[in-house]
Amino acid sequence: MQTSRRDFLKVAGVGGVAATVFGFDLKPAYAQLKELKIARAAETRSTCPYCAVGCGVLIYTIGDRAKNVTPQVIHVEGDPDHPTNRGTLCPKGSSLEQDILNPRRLTKPQVRRPGATDWEDISWDTALDEIAQWTKKTRDATFVEKDAAGHTVNRCEGISFIGGCTDTNEFNYLVVKTMRSLGLVYLENQARV
Amino acid sequence: MSQASTEIIRISGHAGSVPGAGLNREFQVCKLVDTTTCIGCKACEVACLEWNGYTFSETTFDNTYQTMPETAWNYWNLIKFNEHERADGSMMLLMRKDQCMHCEDPGCLAACPADGAIVQYANGIVDFQEQHCIGCGYCITGCPFNIPKFSPEARKVFKCTLCNDRVSVGLEPACIKACPTGCLHFGTKPEMKELAETRAEQLRNVSGFADAGVYDPPGVSGTHVIYVLHDAKNPELYGGLPKDPHIPYSVRLWKGPLKWLGNFAMIGGLVGLAWHYMRYGPKNEEPIPPDDRRRV
Repeated sequence: MQTSRRDFLKVAGVGGVAATVFGFDLKPAYAQLKELKIARAAETRSTCPYCAVGCGVLIYTIGDRAKNVTPQVIHVEGDPDHPTNRGTLCPKGSSLEQDILNPRRLTKPQVRRPGATDWEDISWDTALDEIAQWTKKTRDATFVEKDAAGHTVNRCEGISFIGGCTDTNEFNYLVVKTMRSLGLVYLENQARV
Repeated sequence: MSQASTEIIRISGHAGSVPGAGLNREFQVCKLVDTTTCIGCKACEVACLEWNGYTFSETTFDNTYQTMPETAWNYWNLIKFNEHERADGSMMLLMRKDQCMHCEDPGCLAACPADGAIVQYANGIVDFQEQHCIGCGYCITGCPFNIPKFSPEARKVFKCTLCNDRVSVGLEPACIKACPTGCLHFGTKPEMKELAETRAEQLRNVSGFADAGVYDPPGVSGTHVIYVLHDAKNPELYGGLPKDPHIPYSVRLWKGPLKWLGNFAMIGGLVGLAWHYMRYGPKNEEPIPPDDRRRV
């Protein structure tokens, strides 16, 4: 059978159109996915501030720590390399992002005076000065040099200290040094609260 | 982004086959929910909201610990709390993580009329493509687990994506990562099936739950979220988990025989039209008899 050039072109044209219409395509189909929102975000390790378990968390902020970027938290999740939680978090820990991005978050010191009903904002300098004065006053009033049996004890019974779960070993070392130098006996940690 | 895990094998409302489906080797992912070790802490609920960026919704108190009666369009993951009295009079608090089951044979996809609004990836995830969704809500009818939820604001339907944005880059879903008791697991389907069977056997032989078993319903050809239940014979106890879920027959009929019947009638009509034209030709004007010409 002879095929003329005209016939060949006709068949090829019709076949091509049919192939396009009926979708003969060997390229697999892919969906348009939402991009991973933390793909190139800066990852910072931290510790959950809530309970005494002290789970490790990863805090993701926008930007890659470049100089001209103001970081903003976009996501918080568990740290899989942390020995305590190995990536898991409880519901409170899972909601840490809302702890950081919260209009009601406290960002400056406040004080409620004796008898007052409202909290008032004070500066860090005032707060530290007042704490120092109260510490001095309380220590002078409650310092015990000798106990009933006459033993020298040099302790301050009117003040106690409580540490949080995000405190590092280095911080705790300094805390114990400072508090013991004041004569404090009651050093407590959050694990027993 | 790894494209292999998001290769599409099934498309809703699509004429013809899916291009290139089945050409690549692909592993099937699976979530395992061990209801026997769930403590109802809801870390998975919060992690889901955090990752997907939805705000906290109004909760409903109905004398249980449950956050709300059922999942919502912007609340994809819900622990269902159910008090159950056993034969000996003792109480059990049954907790089940309710979310999209990612069926192997998805009812939502079968019911969907919009081309490409619902797709199934080669890794088993069933995903809604909101840009193609027409908001008809047929998927809500098609789902045997009551999962797709209509958003009145967006006029579209939403559901759990099995965190496909995380899975496609090799991460686990957000809920799985958060779970502090380890009652949630993530891996390939065969691995999760094996782990679930091992746990069910342990519950039967050691913990005294004679009816413990794995929930992987064959009515929808298996799911990509499987449960270990204390009482696999009565899944309804766990907040209405259907015993034998399947795609509703109305959807099967509408999308199967009725669709073909409709197509047949349509094409038959066209063919009949063409045949009539060729057989009888167009209707000609009656020639006016010569006598009546004056009257016209």
